[in-house]
Amino acid sequence: MIAPAAAFLLIFLAYPLCLGFWLGMTDAKIGEPGRFIGFANFVSLAHDSVFRLVVFNTILYTAVASVLKFALGLYLALLLNRRLPLKALIRAIVLLPFVTPTVLSAIAFWWIYDPQFSIISWSLIKLGLIHQYIDFLGQPWNARWSLIAANVWRGIPFVAITLLAGLQTISPSLYEAATLDGAGPWQRFRFVTLPMLSPIIAVVMTFSVLLTFTDFQLVYAITRGGPINATHLMATLSYERAITGGRLGEGAAIADAMVPFLLAAILFSYFGLQRRRWQQGARD
Amino acid sequence: MASVEVSNVRKSFGALEVIHGVSISVADGEFVILVGPSGCGKSTLLRMVAGLESVTSGELRIDGRVVNNVAPKERDIAMVFQNYALYPQMTVAKNMSFSLELARRPKDEIADKVGKAADILGLKPLLERYPRQLSGGQRQRVAMGRAIVRDPAVFLFDEPLSNLDAKLRVQMRAEIKALQQRLASTTIYVTHDQIEAMTMADKIVVLHDGVVEQIGTPLELYDRPANLFVAGFIGSPAMNFIKARLDGGAAPTLVAASGVEIPLHAAPRVAPGSEVVVGVRPEHVRLGGEHATPARIMVIEPTGYETQVIASLAGQDVVCVFRERLSGRPGDPIPLAFEGPLHFFDPQTGEAIAAA
Amino acid sequence: MALSSDASEGMDYLERLPRRVVTLYLPLAIFLFVLLFPFYWMTTTTLKPDDELYDYARFNPFWVHHPTLDHIHKLFFETSYPFWLINTMLIAVASTVISLICSVCAAYGIERLRFSGARYVGLAIFLAYLVPPSILFIPLAAIIFKLVLFDSDWALILTYPTFLIPFCTWLLMGYFRTIPYELEECALIDGATRLQILWKITLPLAVPGLISAGIFAFTLSWNEFIYALTFISSTENKTVPVGAITELVEGDVYHWGSLMAAALFGSLPVVIMYSFFVEYYVSSLTGAVKE
Repeated sequence: MIAPAAAFLLIFLAYPLCLGFWLGMTDAKIGEPGRFIGFANFVSLAHDSVFRLVVFNTILYTAVASVLKFALGLYLALLLNRRLPLKALIRAIVLLPFVTPTVLSAIAFWWIYDPQFSIISWSLIKLGLIHQYIDFLGQPWNARWSLIAANVWRGIPFVAITLLAGLQTISPSLYEAATLDGAGPWQRFRFVTLPMLSPIIAVVMTFSVLLTFTDFQLVYAITRGGPINATHLMATLSYERAITGGRLGEGAAIADAMVPFLLAAILFSYFGLQRRRWQQGARD
Repeated sequence: MASVEVSNVRKSFGALEVIHGVSISVADGEFVILVGPSGCGKSTLLRMVAGLESVTSGELRIDGRVVNNVAPKERDIAMVFQNYALYPQMTVAKNMSFSLELARRPKDEIADKVGKAADILGLKPLLERYPRQLSGGQRQRVAMGRAIVRDPAVFLFDEPLSNLDAKLRVQMRAEIKALQQRLASTTIYVTHDQIEAMTMADKIVVLHDGVVEQIGTPLELYDRPANLFVAGFIGSPAMNFIKARLDGGAAPTLVAASGVEIPLHAAPRVAPGSEVVVGVRPEHVRLGGEHATPARIMVIEPTGYETQVIASLAGQDVVCVFRERLSGRPGDPIPLAFEGPLHFFDPQTGEAIAAA
Repeated sequence: MALSSDASEGMDYLERLPRRVVTLYLPLAIFLFVLLFPFYWMTTTTLKPDDELYDYARFNPFWVHHPTLDHIHKLFFETSYPFWLINTMLIAVASTVISLICSVCAAYGIERLRFSGARYVGLAIFLAYLVPPSILFIPLAAIIFKLVLFDSDWALILTYPTFLIPFCTWLLMGYFRTIPYELEECALIDGATRLQILWKITLPLAVPGLISAGIFAFTLSWNEFIYALTFISSTENKTVPVGAITELVEGDVYHWGSLMAAALFGSLPVVIMYSFFVEYYVSSLTGAVKE
């Protein structure tokens, strides 16, 4: 019964995974198979200033976007957990940015960030807050923040809706007991909400970090990695070197280099917030 | 300790009024139990006293002070919840000391109070355990310990024993009663179990559909129920109700629809010929003797120390509880007479009618 | 209890309305505005004629003054957009169906057949979900090329299940777990085969799970980009996301009207499907995370 699923996963996932590692250790190009060159690719990458910049970009992008998504997503979840009219409708609307194909909403952001016709710039000028149109995507740091904003926009619904589901499993009588014990809103959050929510937070943030670190679509669609590699992530650099540049081996090596970071991130976020003793079964 | 006054309180959820003008007064140090079937409003009333629900109209006073719009934590009350509501990530000791820590009490005062409460409830060996590792009864005690440590003006209990098994319930009833007497605390307790009410309360408030049916001591409610509902609710097995017509004459007699005559030793103050409902508790039915009426056994259940019989008397089922052992089988004839207090009720209003 | 209401409603009576507006309604309104604005911008841009689009001095950019269907017309009749739509739909449906079938079998096998090592297979499947496409796309490109599937829909229909199957299997395992085993034992005693049990008893009860998994798989597949970008090269065979990015820009000229139309209509199928099955989508989202 498992055979069909296993077949797909073995042929198109497990085998390519191993092949990917192998490729990273060859100098394969498009059209010619490569020779085994050991760790030469990795060594040259380590000396490649673009690669080092890209690693920095990816870590920055992941860290900032994940923190923002967590904070804003949690805040939105707390808002949605309160007594509201039309809650089901609001919840359905909130998920729209996540449901829409990333590239298509990226195109919309591309237009919103246009240097001459940005609606954001126009509004800020009308309000008198700035005097000239913002160059969202032309300056390195502007481009970075712009992309992080787009990524956060897309990711908040995922974090918010899953955390909301977790919030709804917390028994109201815990909050009532805390209120009677004299806890104010912040204390109820700290002593009831956070502890009960931490297992779900761990899982949600693991997924979120994973998806953000390996992001390709958003960057490719809006900046292709520019300006001057300021927004290049490891995934987009890998594509540029391997497919556009034709150097498969080098591209594969870049992709492989993502793996240790991913493992570290997963282990950190998962075990860091792991189930605590008090949640484990009754054991004496 | 403080008194609690509920004055003509009403509660509506949107357009639906669920509590219709309830007035209850709880004296300082009194153990009052709110009892009634599911949905009668007892928990809602308790939550209004706690401040967890708003009061739509009427006044709520704690220790003379009107508290309708006072936040729960300002009311100086503690509550024990049906599902205990213990903080899962804190040890028993932390659960109990939480409120004092929030109030920034000095550490030795906290340790002292927690220690005392733990002693009273036998929780000393469990102080470093987590709620997940405790049994139901132990969790309940921790919930009570948490309340005791606060030393509040009023204790509120919301069906605390519902989730425990029968044997544990009997034991905890005694413990709670003893605790209340020792601390002389004003307590309002909600339950649907009338046995709990009868065994623990100083005063019982019987609620039904958001209205107070009767307030009184356990024995008052047992001996002099004010209406059909209270009569049928208090006491187990429930009181028997026989609908019939009162026949005048020298000795008061009930005439059932089937024509069978049942002699009574007391009569209600109504005109002869009126329809009346007579209430007799199962333990007040006697076997045989003078003025007995023939009946037929339907079900006979010996339990060891008593025998429960459901008999058909004049076309109606009557539950009887006898101390003696009986040898009889379904279908056998059995003579029944009513001794002990009789209760009379108006068939239209359900109100009790005084004896003549 | 008939009369209980949830705690937050009960204690809200203490909060005055102005405070409620500031701490709840205002932040919520801001969130909703920010989350929805790009869609509004997408739509208005699609409907604005070019002269209005690029002239903020004369026309307030927030409203559409003279709506036009020109951009939509251009998109559908002067580009390969309709091909992309059909391609994407075909690939999404095909890979979803394939993945569901494989996942149902796999999930049933793991949950019910109770063979030794079942837990490990389940874990392996979950770990498979964590392997991101951006690591696999290069070796997969080599494999696709070797299998002579390059530039065909089949390249995608066969590779999408690699990320759809793990998720669907995980989700369906959870659903099968909630179906009492006694039902199937009864059927076993009555003489049914495993396949019959799966078809007649387990599947009908797992329909909500199937719908949830199917909807989520459909949206995931529509959202896929890097494989489609790498494996497909000719214009007609592209999917909507790839085509919109690579084909609609001529040199330095960005036809924003058509670009936004492409984005809008490319999102519509998914959003429409989603709007009919919101509860199912949410339950797969939260189901995946609840492990």
